[in-house]
Order: sequence, then C-alpha cells, then structure tokens
Amino acid sequence: MSFITGVGLTSFGRHEGASTLDLMSRAAELAIADAGLQRNEIDGVLCGYSTVQPHIMLATVFAEHFGITPSYAHAVQVGGATGLAMTMLAHIIVEAGVARHVLVVSGENRLTGQSRDAAIQALAQVGHPSYEMPLGPTIPAYYGLVASRYMHEYGVTEEDLAEFAVLMRAHAADHPGAQFRDRITVADVMASKPVASPLKLLDCCPVSDGGAAFVVSRERAGETGVRIRGCAQAHTHQYVTTIPNFDRMGAAMSLQRARAQSDLSVADVRYAGIYDSFTITLAMLLEELGLAGRGEAAARVRDGHFSRDGAVPLNTHGGLLSYGHCGVGGAMAHLVETQLQMTGRAGGRQVKDAAIALLHGDGGVLSSHVSMFLERVR
Amino acid sequence: MSGAPRIDDWTIGAETIVYQSCAACGATQYFRRSFCAACGAADVHDKRASGEGVVYATSVVARAATAEARAHVPYNIVLIDAAEGFRMMAHGDGDLEIGDRVTAGFRRFTDRLVPYFTRTTS
Repeated sequence: MSFITGVGLTSFGRHEGASTLDLMSRAAELAIADAGLQRNEIDGVLCGYSTVQPHIMLATVFAEHFGITPSYAHAVQVGGATGLAMTMLAHIIVEAGVARHVLVVSGENRLTGQSRDAAIQALAQVGHPSYEMPLGPTIPAYYGLVASRYMHEYGVTEEDLAEFAVLMRAHAADHPGAQFRDRITVADVMASKPVASPLKLLDCCPVSDGGAAFVVSRERAGETGVRIRGCAQAHTHQYVTTIPNFDRMGAAMSLQRARAQSDLSVADVRYAGIYDSFTITLAMLLEELGLAGRGEAAARVRDGHFSRDGAVPLNTHGGLLSYGHCGVGGAMAHLVETQLQMTGRAGGRQVKDAAIALLHGDGGVLSSHVSMFLERVR
Repeated sequence: MSGAPRIDDWTIGAETIVYQSCAACGATQYFRRSFCAACGAADVHDKRASGEGVVYATSVVARAATAEARAHVPYNIVLIDAAEGFRMMAHGDGDLEIGDRVTAGFRRFTDRLVPYFTRTTS
C-alpha cells in the first residue's frame, strides 16, 4: 500500500528572482512539514524537469541543494503526464520496499526565467523535427488541430469549449494561490485573442512560475489517509500527425488498466483532477474517460455537474487554465488539491464527499497518459 | 532496405512528398525510417506521393513562436489524409474545411520550402 501523506503547493504566477531550485525547495518544505516528517527522513526523491534549467541529473542537484542524501533519486520526463507518472513510480517504489518516504517534487520559473517566445518554442519541440517543426506549429496549434477534428466529429462548438475556461476560473476565484482569479464569461472567452483556431487566449493555460510537491509513504500519516488504489499508463503516439485514432487517444486505455488494478469504476468517482492544458484537452479527456458522454461534457458543466457542489467536482483549485501551469508542477497541483479535498482540508473550497478520486494526466499531444484512483481511508 | 534508393522530399528542399511502403506487410508510413514501424521489417521503399488528399484537421495560427514565422501570420496548419493512405502535416489555404479534397503545391515559409494544399479544382 502507499499513501499521499503530505502536500505542498506554492502560489502560481510571477515569482520574480526565484530559480527552479528555489521553487522546488519551497514546495518540498511545505510537503515534508505537512507529512509531519523531517527532511532527513526522506529516502527517495523523484523530480520532473525544468525547461529553464535543463540538467542531466536534476534530482541529484536538488537533493544536494536541499541538503538530503536519499537512497533512491532520479528525474522523470513524460511532459504534462510527468507528475502522475512520478506518483505512480513512487507508489511502486514504496510498495517494493525500496524507500519509505518518497518526495515527489517539481518547480520552475517558467514565466520570469525566460522570454515568452523561448517558452513557446521549447514546448513546441514535442513536434517532429523534420516533418512538423518546419511548418511553424505551436502547442496551441497541435491542440487546435485536434480540436477542429473533435468538434467536427461530435458537434462541439467554441462556446462549449469556453464553458471549461469559465468553470476553471470560477474555481480559481476561491483559491488565493491562483494566477488568474477574476471571473470570466463565455463571451469573454469568445472575444479573447485568436491563438490557433479554434483556440483563443482564454482556451489556453498560462505560463507560470511555481512549485508543487508531495510525499508518498508506506504508512498513512494522519487519521485520514489518501491511498493510491490503482494507477496505469498508455502511450499511443508522440506526434499529432501519428495519432492513430482521435476517438481513443490512450486515456480510455490507461483508465481501463487502472480500473482493473483498483476494482473501482468511473461511477464510484466523487472528485476528479483532470489535465486541462487547453479547454479541448479537458473536454476530450472527460469524454474519453467516461465522466461525460461524447460531445456532452460542456452540457454537464452548464448543469453544474463539475462544480464544487456538483456530483463530480473538477479541479477545484482552478486547474492549469486558471491556477496556472509551471510545467511539471502544473498538473501536480491537481493532486495536491485532490489530497486536500479528500482529507477535508480545502477550507472554503471543500466539497462534500471526496471519498474516491480519479486523476488523469497527459503529455505531448494527448500522447502519454496516466490514470490514477485515490481512496480515502480512515 | 538499406541500399534502397532514397527519393529527395520537401524536408530537404525538393518539391516532392515522399512516403514509405513496406514490402513485407504492406503498411505505409510518412516519417522516414530504415524499417517498417508496423512490423519491423527492413524492406521499406520510398515512394512519390500524388499530392492528392482530403483535409482531416485545420488550425489557423495567429500567434507564432519565432520572429521568422511571425512574418507569415496567420497561416493555416492542416493535417491531410493522403490518397496513398498516410497522414501528413502541411500548410493550406486559410478557408480549407475538414473533408475538402485538396492538391499539394509548394511555398516558401521562413527559410524553408513547405507543402501547401489548395482545393482540388478538376
């Protein structure tokens, strides 16, 4: 068994002068304290990557900086799926008895540490160097392509997509750490600047500075434990050109594997933390995971299904779209918020019963998927 | 197969779209490799594509990542299902719609030659 025993999250947005290591350290300190541990009790470290500070052995660099000497440490790279992939690995390491307390940590000064162009360019590298990059694509363009086809297939409109941006902003409004907290309307999203059709500025997550961390342990720390019940992956393609099937991107595949492990189904889910790099990402993942029927996710948003007091509250911290996106730490914020909700510590954002949660992350262009079921135990 | 003649394509400046066909399993692939990604056989052959296809997806880029690309904004990035059975990324007319039958030409984009699709006229 493994439990998420402590969580730490910085605010996202501008952290002028803070380095990748600074942001990682701040989040790590919070998570370790939250788990009730001393830093020398951490015997495993998994970290993500930083586009601002690329390094061939970032976990060791961090451990040295942070002042710990773990018996197991390395970095993990699966794009946006990295946070959940690290959590899955931490679960495996802890279950195997390799470490007792694995610190999963990431941070990046992605906003203030480089120019906007450099950030966009670094990320566009997920495209094929010979067959895609010469055409001048951007990450929003890859997702714009996916969106155009998905909307065509299922009759989803731009106004439908806008609903997800509005919902994430409404949730962020109640989190003091969120990068964007001013409420927006569907009309605001529709009137925002075109980026890569059909996606407009407010359909896209921002670039942020921030850090996130958690501790995965063999035993639970507090009275209420958050247990990892099952997790699994699927990797169906890397490039948007080679997506085998726009109806089954890999999310359903990884979910099915996680379900088989956990003996839980989507019908059991009372809270969802789903990757939302763009509004289309959220729509497609919710529908492929079965949290909504094909083409019906936006209607469920309008009905309040994914609101804080709805049947399946979704990304109550505001998600990547409004809490912000600092790279690997971006999707880790979904897990931090989920842990707070499951342990009843979400304050004014608390949902009524987050007994079972489903988390899902994707990296690349819906290329790499990780699904995870969490269970509250008392 | 090693030693099979390589046909120059647009990625190295020739006005041609090239794909590969596997003699062992019959699969086609667009990204050039020395083997078939479907079955692993080394018996893959370069073939010249007709340039005919159907629009699968489109995205008009308004915000480019580089100064060079910014000079071309807005430009339409398209995914094309080629008549020969592979999918490719290219540029195309701004008003192309999913399902349109299209034909390839070539245009300059930054310092490169890129495939550019327009609606098939005949």
